[in-house]
Amino acid sequence: MKIGSSIGLPLGEPTRNAFGEALADLGATEPRLVVVDGDVGNSTRTEVFGERFPERFFNVGIAESNMVGVAAGLAASGHIAVTASFAAFLTCNAYDQIRMAVGFPHTNVKLVGSHCGISIGEDGPSQMGIEDLALMTSVPGMTVLCPADGASARVLTRLMVEREGPVYMRTGRPQAPVVYAAAPELAIGRAERRREGGDVTLIACGLMVAAALEAAAMLAAEGIEARVLDMHTIKPLDVAAIVAAARETRGIVTAEEHLLDGGLGSAVARVVAREAPCRMGFVGLDNTFAMSGKPDDLMDHFGLNAAGIAAEVRRVLGA
Amino acid sequence: MPTAPASTPDTQALEAMRRQLAAWSIRMCARAGSGHPSTCLSASHLLTGLFFGGFLNYDVARPHWPDRDRFVLSKGHGAPILYAALAELGAFPTADLMTLRELGSPLEGHPNARRLPWVEASTGSLGQGLSIGLGMALAARLQGRDFRSWVLMGDGELDEGQVWEAAMAAAKYRTANLTAIVDRNGYQQTGPGDQVLPLEPLADKWAACGWAVLTIDGHDWPAVLEALTQARSAGRDRPLAIIARTVKGFGVQRIVDDPGNKFHGVPLLGDAAEAAVREVLQG
Ligand SMILES: Cc1ncc(C[n+]2csc(CCOP(=O)(O)OP(=O)(O)O)c2C)c(N)n1
Ligand SMILES: [Mg+2]
Repeated sequence: MKIGSSIGLPLGEPTRNAFGEALADLGATEPRLVVVDGDVGNSTRTEVFGERFPERFFNVGIAESNMVGVAAGLAASGHIAVTASFAAFLTCNAYDQIRMAVGFPHTNVKLVGSHCGISIGEDGPSQMGIEDLALMTSVPGMTVLCPADGASARVLTRLMVEREGPVYMRTGRPQAPVVYAAAPELAIGRAERRREGGDVTLIACGLMVAAALEAAAMLAAEGIEARVLDMHTIKPLDVAAIVAAARETRGIVTAEEHLLDGGLGSAVARVVAREAPCRMGFVGLDNTFAMSGKPDDLMDHFGLNAAGIAAEVRRVLGA
Repeated sequence: MPTAPASTPDTQALEAMRRQLAAWSIRMCARAGSGHPSTCLSASHLLTGLFFGGFLNYDVARPHWPDRDRFVLSKGHGAPILYAALAELGAFPTADLMTLRELGSPLEGHPNARRLPWVEASTGSLGQGLSIGLGMALAARLQGRDFRSWVLMGDGELDEGQVWEAAMAAAKYRTANLTAIVDRNGYQQTGPGDQVLPLEPLADKWAACGWAVLTIDGHDWPAVLEALTQARSAGRDRPLAIIARTVKGFGVQRIVDDPGNKFHGVPLLGDAAEAAVREVLQG
């Protein structure tokens, strides 16, 4: 990934790897932890847990609906059940099971969708999770997480396992630019302010946090100072941070590797419209399934990069 | 319009074409730097036999011809060998094959029906093709057309419950014009199928769902051609499942010999790819 390179952010581990290793570490101290796989543990990295704790690891084959149901049954019997697949297959194929067996009874199931967004690259649209945030935020009581880099993914994995009730976390395939020092102090539902600025606020999640930091550097050269928030929790949203941004800066631009429908931008806009109306802009996938291509090429093609964010900021500020 | 030949297909010519398609699959994935060549190789006799043995009533010049047979590549990650077959049939230049997975190329990582007119169903999320093939078979009946519907599936793909939902529905409607071909290579993504999710007795499962079943050696030309001939023959009152025992990575020894299925979704690159191409063409 070249995202973040213009401001010298080094590439770190993929968020899916960080999740997999953190999960295995948690297995050592949390005996209730069990993992259910759908023949993709080497992609989602739950295989690390499976190698260390084979008796607590269940691979039920390529069968996401069953996988979620089995996890729900384990959770209903006192376990903390983590189940993972590609974000697309997990959230789309098993949506009804997530709704009925996880959301509605509020079971202690942790859903992890890997291969989020278009940065998976060449495998193409069928494998890209670009609607997972919309689907998962639509489940009442669900917590929805989207880590920006490896270090934050490790912390959020622990917070996810410790949290009571249903949680969805999305992880990515490519190496992620390093945004945080090791073991940042994060809290679910609390945005992290990664840059100060009084002109505009960029609210991003996932890989787009690094892109937002890059955009902020570009804008600074034009005399526009951007505040950057890592909104790693899409649900419950940090309303106070959004309201402060709306009041203290001249506008908000959101950036996400997700469809514009029902993602981070939509959620932020709802808060803004109700609590503190301000000008807004949105960077994300606009009514498209995307296509195959190299990750960097795709991010550029769909404007999911610093230039795309900066252009949206200029539009919002009328600059 | 090409129709199924009355005479027996020339197995030597078919074998030569099969080797070409195998070589293309390896080259295309090498060029793209990603893809699933071993998945293509296990299906190489099945796909070549169907497309070039005259069993698929199809004309690439008229991809929307209403009476064409429908082919659904339910295991969408086998896309390269489908693209190679279409190019060899003249749908587009074979040179285009080397654009696999490039930005803007209609030859996406998994088949995209909206980008490529010869793709009957967009696939890549496993388990969905048989339902679509059944819908097509029902449409043939409803419209009074006599086209057939063919669905190629992976064996790991059969883990998906939707496959069996489709199987039972097809039996209900006695869609004799529907053929499911299972590429029984014994491996799925994380390992051997009998460790991930045992399917046996697989033939019994299809039979119990109300299907006619043939179990064949999927790399033996006479067996493959005989099964495809039976699929086309009249006089059956139910759908047919062909369970083809195959070898994942067929023709490339270093893939075949790997017990861990490490090559699933992993292309051979550089010299290894060139050696594999020579091996499938000459070996
Ligand atoms: C619904 C869904 N779940 C998971 C995957 C990821 N995946 C891609 S290929 C594959 C293994 C397929 O095995 P099989 O059907 O046996 O195919 P083959 O051996 O011919 O490659 C998996 C799990 C997918 N494509 N779709
Ligand atoms: Mg297989």
